[in-house]
Amino acid sequence: MSISLSLIYLAATIAFIIGLKKMGHPATAKNGNLIAAAGMALAIAGTIFIHDLQVPTSIYILIGMAILIGSAIGGWMAIKVKMTKMPELVSLFNGFGGASAALIGLVEFSRGGGDKMITTTIVSGIIIGAITFSGSLIAWGKLNGSVKSVIKIPYHNTVNNLFLVGIIAFAFFIVTAGASNEVLVFGLLAGGLIYGILFVLPIGGADMPVVISLLNSLTGIAAAITGILYSNMVMLIGGILVGSAGIILTVAMCKGMNRTLGAVIFGTFGATDSVAGTNKTLGTIKKTNPSDSAIMLNYATNVIIVPGYGLAVAQAQHIIHELEELLTKKGVNVKYAIHPVAGRMPGHMNVLLAESNVDYSLLLEMEDINPQFKNTDVVLVVGANDVVNPAAHNDPSSPIYGMPILDVENAKHIIVNKRTMNAGYAGIENELFYNDKTVMLFGDAKDALTSLVSELKNM
Amino acid sequence: MNEWIEFISNNLEITYILILAIFVGVEVIKHIPAVLHTPLMSGANALSGVVVVGAILVMLHSDPKNYFALTLGFIAVVLGILNVVGGFTVTGRMLKMFKKKN
Repeated sequence: MSISLSLIYLAATIAFIIGLKKMGHPATAKNGNLIAAAGMALAIAGTIFIHDLQVPTSIYILIGMAILIGSAIGGWMAIKVKMTKMPELVSLFNGFGGASAALIGLVEFSRGGGDKMITTTIVSGIIIGAITFSGSLIAWGKLNGSVKSVIKIPYHNTVNNLFLVGIIAFAFFIVTAGASNEVLVFGLLAGGLIYGILFVLPIGGADMPVVISLLNSLTGIAAAITGILYSNMVMLIGGILVGSAGIILTVAMCKGMNRTLGAVIFGTFGATDSVAGTNKTLGTIKKTNPSDSAIMLNYATNVIIVPGYGLAVAQAQHIIHELEELLTKKGVNVKYAIHPVAGRMPGHMNVLLAESNVDYSLLLEMEDINPQFKNTDVVLVVGANDVVNPAAHNDPSSPIYGMPILDVENAKHIIVNKRTMNAGYAGIENELFYNDKTVMLFGDAKDALTSLVSELKNM
Repeated sequence: MNEWIEFISNNLEITYILILAIFVGVEVIKHIPAVLHTPLMSGANALSGVVVVGAILVMLHSDPKNYFALTLGFIAVVLGILNVVGGFTVTGRMLKMFKKKN
């Protein structure tokens, strides 16, 4: 490798690290993204133009075409996507990265002639790439609703784990036997693809953020493995950064949902078909209407809004901001309480509310807002369910027992906006809805909030 | 087994870098506010598109008559660059919305 390419890769690697670091603070995040992107452009340009290979022009043209096509499609998808569809797009892009890694492995295997270590990196790249590809596609399908509900496979954990062990054993055989038959490696690819499907399919929609984060981390590892194959530092370090960052994010999300990483990978992850709480008599619910709710909000001093996935589904982020501004103008002190796993990805609510220009200093995280609920007159819960379920505190038999929640029950009054009385993603009843202090405002979040706003304007 | 140990001793540099990079990744990501988790995941996802460098190498090393390698390499470059460009663009869109009002 020439000195100039090494220096370019070094600069790109530094850009990756600084970019990621800057992405950790709201004020510098935008620059961080640009710096990382610039590093990537540098690494790609350097790879294409600086080498001492004899490359025919036709291949340069093909590379140029591939880059143009991929950039155009990727850019178009990223610009077109709605903010609410962001999580599934990230999942889709991640799948493409995994597929790329698997394809590289296939070509390199066909070239053959490597020692055992090289074959090991190639087969691991193929397996991990294939798992991320099919797993991400299933996660994408689950989030956009094209893959319906939770599909139960009998003994799915045992089946999955045996299948994974089978793939690893098969890969081990290919490496140790020094097999060069391409059919074998296509078998490995198929195995990885099937495992990716088996892995994600039984997992419920609420747990998808953890899965996407984990798959994202795996793509990084696949890139790093490919980097070892080519002794390419920028791939190695870039991939490892994503791999370890992804694991940290995954762990942070697991904590928010009161699960362990071990339970995510091998355990009864997402299979919360418990009926805890349903056989209890929870009392009755009290329905309310937009005008009564508007009165409650109008005469409150402190109001906290708790947004959830229902807000995203109904695309109600703009109207909720209008409501918040209206109340603020009337002298009400309004804040948002953001649960770490509200929505379908951590920070999903922040992104959504930022889209409608909500000042991010109004968005408070769970630890900061929880002590404030007791001094709050009205809490408005919009499309959130499990993250405000008191069963997490007081029902040891509940699957979400021990999960940190927003303590909305400490407030003086609670208005819950929900479409129906259906249980949340975890499939469990929520006794908050039956609380004496709670009133239910049924309806689509956008419709309900729009009526609330027009009622408030008339006051 | 011996070959793997031999590989590690022949590539000590890579082994060191690998381990240090893991720690850098963890340190850089620690203490990130939940507000930024989604953009960060998206940004990290764009970075994992660095695999496109490998896909370009596959094509550069290809014999112009090796259609198998060229076709798979071509698809790998398209998918990899899609991940990179789409990932950074979507992250940029998310982050553009984080502004503090005065």
